Amino acid sequence: MIEFKMPSLGADMEDGTLVEWRVKSGEAVKRGDIIADVDTQKGLIEIEVFEEGTVDRLVVKEGEKVPVGTVMATIIPIGALESSRKESVQVKAVSEVKQKAKTQITTEPAKQPLKEGSIVSHKHLKISPLAKRMAVEKGIDLTTIKGSGPEGSIVKKDIELAAKTKEESHMEASEEKKEIASRGIRDAIAMAMSRSNREIPHFYLETRIDISKALEWLKETNKERELKDRLLSVVLLIKATARAIKEVPVVNAYWENGLQLKDVINIGFAVSLRKGGVVIPAIHDADQKSPAELMTLLKDLIPRARALKLRSSELSESTITLTNVGEGNVDKVFGVIYPPQVAIIGFGNIVEEAWAENGAISARPVIHVTLAADHRAIDGYLAGRFLTALKHHLQNPETL
Amino acid sequence: MNDQEVKATIFKLLHKIAPDIDPEELEMNDNIREVFGIDSFDFLQFIIGLDEKFGVTTPEDDYGKITTLNALISYIKSAK
Repeated sequence: MIEFKMPSLGADMEDGTLVEWRVKSGEAVKRGDIIADVDTQKGLIEIEVFEEGTVDRLVVKEGEKVPVGTVMATIIPIGALESSRKESVQVKAVSEVKQKAKTQITTEPAKQPLKEGSIVSHKHLKISPLAKRMAVEKGIDLTTIKGSGPEGSIVKKDIELAAKTKEESHMEASEEKKEIASRGIRDAIAMAMSRSNREIPHFYLETRIDISKALEWLKETNKERELKDRLLSVVLLIKATARAIKEVPVVNAYWENGLQLKDVINIGFAVSLRKGGVVIPAIHDADQKSPAELMTLLKDLIPRARALKLRSSELSESTITLTNVGEGNVDKVFGVIYPPQVAIIGFGNIVEEAWAENGAISARPVIHVTLAADHRAIDGYLAGRFLTALKHHLQNPETL
Repeated sequence: MNDQEVKATIFKLLHKIAPDIDPEELEMNDNIREVFGIDSFDFLQFIIGLDEKFGVTTPEDDYGKITTLNALISYIKSAK
């Protein structure tokens, strides 16, 4: 039996509130399936399962707040269920009956607004066929409605009014939730950044990169692309960072009882929230994605990050952080490392600057890149090598 | 489509990419991206929205021509 526990979505998370189960007992799950929505300091997070099997028991109830590590559900591993069926004919028969019952459960839609039966049970209510159909579609409880039609019958406009009221109250609740989440994010940032400042001996390096080739390459590429497929310079920054990490892997690590190099390159991409706060979803395997694939991924990731609707793996698996917060605002950004990571890369705004080369001065688009590194893990020489590699890749955009 | 209708559609697009802003706060000659803190990602979504709503495909070279509400309305009307 597998115990599915409340996951930790970062060093700063202590507990989470189960908002909704997305699965039922008896339902089959596979790796990567979202099985629950959990409210954390970082918003409403979709929790993924990393095992394959059948949900046995949902231990934690919706609305319950539990510490990290609490068993939330039990899952029967896929092999275990099959082997138990082979035990004997009798057992098999029982198992089949159980399985059938489970299948019946799973074939029910996850969110059935209102069962047909519930309308039948309110036969005394007078309701027009159209209104009845609409009520089922919109999930309106007929017992809460006072009909305005002839002899108090429920008509189309009553359902429309009820649906509107329901939607408004839902929106209010969602706004309220956003406010609470926003306060939670502040606390989470405070905790993580205080720990970082307390524990991590930061040092900083900066370089400036002539980005004219990259911008030219982007311009030419975008001319050939449809509007919706245009690329942004940030995807080149991400890809060049991933390539530089391949050359100097020490920046892609955790400091947990010593240095632990990571063999995957999951770049945490800092997404700022307009009302304050920042969330850092992971771009998994960034080194293996093309600039176009990174753009497609960002189109999905950024809006979900801003709406605080991320998946557990996106919040917990970053191996290094990249902040592009300088874009449009400031020339240089010196970051604070997100523990247990050992480095954060900061990109400033692209600005036109005087550039001296081969004894001549010209105006070039330039980006200032900084690296804040953990001196327990990295020394100046390798940190410098990393920035040099990053510069090389950004200046050869056609190879990204 | 008159100026008011174009403006109303622009406001809807702005609200869509940044639900927490109030487009009504915008003056005709304000820099839209600066006032609302719209980054390059949001701006691209906005440009895609302009194409969908007005059939105006804005080349990257023209991004500098549509920084204010006034400029944007003129640009859309001349491009249509």
